[in-house]
Amino acid sequence: MRVYLRKAASLLVSAVIASFVVFAFLSVLPGDPAEVVLGTNAGEAELAALRHDFGTDRPLVVQYADWAQGLLHGDFGTSYISHDAVGPRIADRFGVTCWLALGGMLVAVLFALPAGVLAAAWHRRPAGALLSALSQAGIAVPAFLAGILLVYVFAVRAGALPAGGYTPLAEDPAAWARQLVLPCLSLGLVQGAVLTRYVRSAVLTVLHQDFLRTARAKGRRRRAALWRHGLPNAAVPVLTVLGLQLSTVLVGAVVVERVFVIPGLGDLLLQSVADRDLLVVQGVVIVLVVAVLVVNVVTDLLYHLLDPRLRSR
Amino acid sequence: MAKSTAGSGPASGAASGASSRAASGAALRRTARATGCALLAGTLAAACGSGSGSSGSGTADSLAIGLIAEPASLDFTTTDGAAVPQATLGSIYEGLVRVDQQGKIQPLLAERYERSDDGRTYTFHLRKGVKFTSGAEFTADDAVFSIERVKKDWKLKTARQMDVVAKAEKTGDHTVKVTLNHASNGWLYAMTTRIGAMFSRTGVADLASHPVGTGPFKLAERRRGDRIVLDRNGSYWGSKPELGKVTLKYFKDAGAMNNALLTKGIDVVGTVQAPESLSRFSDRNRFRTIEGSSTGEVVLSMNNSREPFKDKRVRQAVRHAIDHKALVETSRAGHGKLIGTMATPTDPWYEDLTGSYPYDPGKAKQLLKDAGAEGRTVKFRVPNMPYAMSAAQVVKSQLDQVGLKAEIEPLEFPARWLSEVYNKADYDLSVIAHTEPRDLWTFADPGYYFRYGNPAYAKLLKDADSGRPEDEAARYREAARLLSDDAAADWLYLMPNLMVADKDVTGLPVNQVGEGLDLANVRWAKKK
Repeated sequence: MRVYLRKAASLLVSAVIASFVVFAFLSVLPGDPAEVVLGTNAGEAELAALRHDFGTDRPLVVQYADWAQGLLHGDFGTSYISHDAVGPRIADRFGVTCWLALGGMLVAVLFALPAGVLAAAWHRRPAGALLSALSQAGIAVPAFLAGILLVYVFAVRAGALPAGGYTPLAEDPAAWARQLVLPCLSLGLVQGAVLTRYVRSAVLTVLHQDFLRTARAKGRRRRAALWRHGLPNAAVPVLTVLGLQLSTVLVGAVVVERVFVIPGLGDLLLQSVADRDLLVVQGVVIVLVVAVLVVNVVTDLLYHLLDPRLRSR
Repeated sequence: MAKSTAGSGPASGAASGASSRAASGAALRRTARATGCALLAGTLAAACGSGSGSSGSGTADSLAIGLIAEPASLDFTTTDGAAVPQATLGSIYEGLVRVDQQGKIQPLLAERYERSDDGRTYTFHLRKGVKFTSGAEFTADDAVFSIERVKKDWKLKTARQMDVVAKAEKTGDHTVKVTLNHASNGWLYAMTTRIGAMFSRTGVADLASHPVGTGPFKLAERRRGDRIVLDRNGSYWGSKPELGKVTLKYFKDAGAMNNALLTKGIDVVGTVQAPESLSRFSDRNRFRTIEGSSTGEVVLSMNNSREPFKDKRVRQAVRHAIDHKALVETSRAGHGKLIGTMATPTDPWYEDLTGSYPYDPGKAKQLLKDAGAEGRTVKFRVPNMPYAMSAAQVVKSQLDQVGLKAEIEPLEFPARWLSEVYNKADYDLSVIAHTEPRDLWTFADPGYYFRYGNPAYAKLLKDADSGRPEDEAARYREAARLLSDDAAADWLYLMPNLMVADKDVTGLPVNQVGEGLDLANVRWAKKK
């Protein structure tokens, strides 16, 4: 129980520090939302009036306090540009990004588990070396490049899948699934390549452990011993990496959303930075930070549950 | 967007096959497994089914157009930018008058109008039976309300074009008299732009998301970050548009937009961002390219208030130093018309002034030497947009050849460019497309970022505006010539109105003349 409390407290402190850092960084970002809204139609009087409406003419401390106080009540403020509530807009986009991240992770796991285990099991054979080399190559490919290649092959050349776009699940599940295939693949394959290496090394480590030798000595076949005793033990470090990867996938989705025209959080973030729609930017970054923190805490807790040696400490 | 019919077909087919096998009395477990396989096969089929399922329109009277800049709000009374009127003017909103493809002013919601001899009064006779999409009738009260509202409520500087109006009054249920402080030809033209849009007195509560207008289309759906869907306005007063539904689909990335057209995700690329990508659409059996005139002058601005460009000879040197033809060839794959001044072929006063400063590096060198500006280094602050960056590279290398060192500094657009170049005028050279129609006046304002303050020019514009309409074109022509002679800036080229469409789409506007995207005549030649 104490572990949980400690984790919750550290999460809270991290979130508060993050909110401060986010605000501080954005406040030194050059550019003024009022100038963007008025564009080439800006006059001094119009600018001053708009800055006053936005409240960006107030001292930074007051602006931060105002924003932080709103956050505590779940109020993310109102967008400078579109005049609507920031919170619901982020929630809407976050859902889209979550599908993308989960799909990407699914692809990564489906790819990496068999590939990693085989690479380890065959580590003395040419096939194992080939798998390792492939995963090494996969790590070197950025997700957006994978995306562009996938679009070219499957959408433009073969015409089998849409090149981009997003239809909500509730509206048309088939279109939703079709549109998510390529972006999830491009996110997932790269992450899968990374994960393969971890799975391989985790399984390799386990292969040389005493308990596996004991199992073999008691008459279990190599494959059975690996399944029964090896893989559960290898799962612990893999799970940690998986947690870390979920965070990278959430952030990596930012770029993939551009390539595939998916209206997710990343797309919202980039657009809002360009527009200097600061409350939206702050909101998105805080949500991403908290999501990453939560993922890390959950991973930590799972780690504790899976590895009894950690629990006793 | 169309539902994916092609995708769901095989899925249901396979599933019904499985259930018939179940009816034949096979073991329960086998049925379950078969159903599972069928479902999996169906999902895969759905996922990899034919690309036509995601077609941009799918039906004969709907069309999807790809565009780049998404409007952040649909309210152009509070938010600047070309994207809002592009999506709404002419489609959702209409004015009393409009500008046609030849650049002439034509009546629209006003059946006809009269101008008094002194040019100070306009009487508009409004069409009867025009209704807003809210159901309210369009009357003289709405027209007066709309005109006054610009003066009262608009937060943008464009609204100042309405300052010339002394009063707008209703003289009958369908007649409006507008009295100006002084005669102004420009005012009537401005009435064809966004400031002339007619609003309903009861429909301005939430313009950002619920626009109410009299146009041929009405807003059906707006999915932020993705699309705006317009439906045909069933009670439109004029001839009904051919299309029942138009989807404006917004892309952040030109490559993604091209892919969408290639995979039938959209039917039209509304603005080609990278002309070098046109080769991807060379298949005449599938695509058609439309290239017309636009109102976007790509201006190489020189800060007229700062050394070395304070000196006219240096500005002239720049104009002689640039090989415009080569520039368009290199940076725009040859797509772009050379203009030579701040006017476009759809302006009634346009004349080709590209000959006044022919490419002549020798003369440029001499002029720089005379001005003592040889070997000088200037700050070339460029917005980080592809067309501007690629033009800047060419300009830089050509200026290098005549002995002017331009140091390119990319500025993030819009935020930093607006703040540094536009508002503070902290730059020597810059490049940007000025997309507003008939924007000669920008050079008449000494506070504008060109910092060009020639009183003779401002006077010519004033005379053109307040004189008789028949003299307007001649005076503007004179002004445009003066601007060119003065080398107030250099005009690199005119952005073409460049579109690529499915070959069966017809009626797309060849020239982009006003601020709105003209959809009235767009239709499918063949029923799909």
